[in-house]
Amino acid sequence: MAINTEKNLYTVLFATGMVIVVGSLLAFVASSLKPTISENERLEKQQNILYAMGVNNNEGGSDVAFISTDEVTEEFNKYIKKQIVIQGENITEDSEAYTIDIKKEADKAKDPSYERKLPLFIGEKDGETVYVVPMRGKGLWDAIWGYMALDENMVVKGVFFDHKGETPGLGANIKERFFMDDFSGEQTLSNNNFRGVNVAKGNADPLNKVKDDNEVDAIAGATITGNGVSAMINKDLQLYLPYFKSLKK
Amino acid sequence: MGLLSKKDSKLILDPLADNNPITIQVLGICSALAITAQLKASIVMALSVLFVLAIGNVVISLLRNIIPSKIRIIVQLVVVAALVIIVDQVLKAFAYELSKQLSVFVGLIITNCIIMGRFEAFALGNGPWRSFLDGIGNAAGYGLILIIVGFFRELLGSGTLLGYKVLGDPIAKTGLYAFGYENNGFMLLSPMALIVVGIIIWVQRSRNKALIEDH
Repeated sequence: MAINTEKNLYTVLFATGMVIVVGSLLAFVASSLKPTISENERLEKQQNILYAMGVNNNEGGSDVAFISTDEVTEEFNKYIKKQIVIQGENITEDSEAYTIDIKKEADKAKDPSYERKLPLFIGEKDGETVYVVPMRGKGLWDAIWGYMALDENMVVKGVFFDHKGETPGLGANIKERFFMDDFSGEQTLSNNNFRGVNVAKGNADPLNKVKDDNEVDAIAGATITGNGVSAMINKDLQLYLPYFKSLKK
Repeated sequence: MGLLSKKDSKLILDPLADNNPITIQVLGICSALAITAQLKASIVMALSVLFVLAIGNVVISLLRNIIPSKIRIIVQLVVVAALVIIVDQVLKAFAYELSKQLSVFVGLIITNCIIMGRFEAFALGNGPWRSFLDGIGNAAGYGLILIIVGFFRELLGSGTLLGYKVLGDPIAKTGLYAFGYENNGFMLLSPMALIVVGIIIWVQRSRNKALIEDH
């Protein structure tokens, strides 16, 4: 017997059945893959933090190579000496600080009574202490985020930037070496006042030899992404200013 | 003829040239413009579309006799969306690096006109095996153009191929750059993808006059 597929009842039943089948299939796929995905994300965060402080597998002048995922947990524990969470005046040590979702924290901080949790990673490389600050902002199309490694004078030691959906070949280049390497050595303070680092067009310093102008050279054709990077650095780094000031006392 | 009959192999070969979804049917242009600034993204996009179109075609073909015609577009959309989400999740779990390279592009597959077009024009009226071949053929034809466009845009726009500097180093001025060559930043912008596609269409039609439409 052929089914009459034109009847309304059949259409409704078919739609319902389809939603149930597809919904449970997707729910099954999502929930069974979730542990693997969050493990990948955790390892990626560790790789990014290490990359920012200069622990990476870069060879040559242009490639971005992270510590491989097999070694990253071990290396992370070796280089990151301390992870702290700053919440207002309170500073607590937390070995899982890198799992704090700074996007959620920023959302919660819209409520003025909430003290935002600020994770900070204190690492040691070549006998020098570096402080790695996570940051998150908006690019042209979607979120951008990154990590910035600083010394106690807030001079940049290294950065790592990433993005969700910036234009390939233009804004997406914020995660390329030629852009990220420019930040190394830049000062974020000027006469002890916070200035951040601006991504500037036409700063007459394309090779970025001047390190105390608080500017790095922008990527041509990626103005809004570049502005997003500047805004992100200035906004998120400022939150850590009291902590860095307290280091000097 | 071994595995495929003549009629079946036509399903695969036709969309590669004389019935190419991009250059002849002018479908799937939006994603071709958006993602071809780099060769790698083009290749992975081509493979993802291959998977979604081949499996989707089979699923729609299997369901073709029981899909109510009133909601067939919605059913097609649900099938393609579900497949795209599965591709996305699987990439995130087992090829995390690659999934980050693709990010938005995988989502863009849903809006690809070729997929809905093939579901509607072919899978609803043909058996699963032929639909599968049709899916492979059309995705390959799409992918071929994507890879050609991606090749030229990355080579002329960034001087690299798959991220390798093939023309020398633009900052250290080695290779071609030593002779004053400069990257053409225009190639990275979407309008140039349209122009490259236009050139491909021009070359193709001038070689095969049968493709030129009369007006």
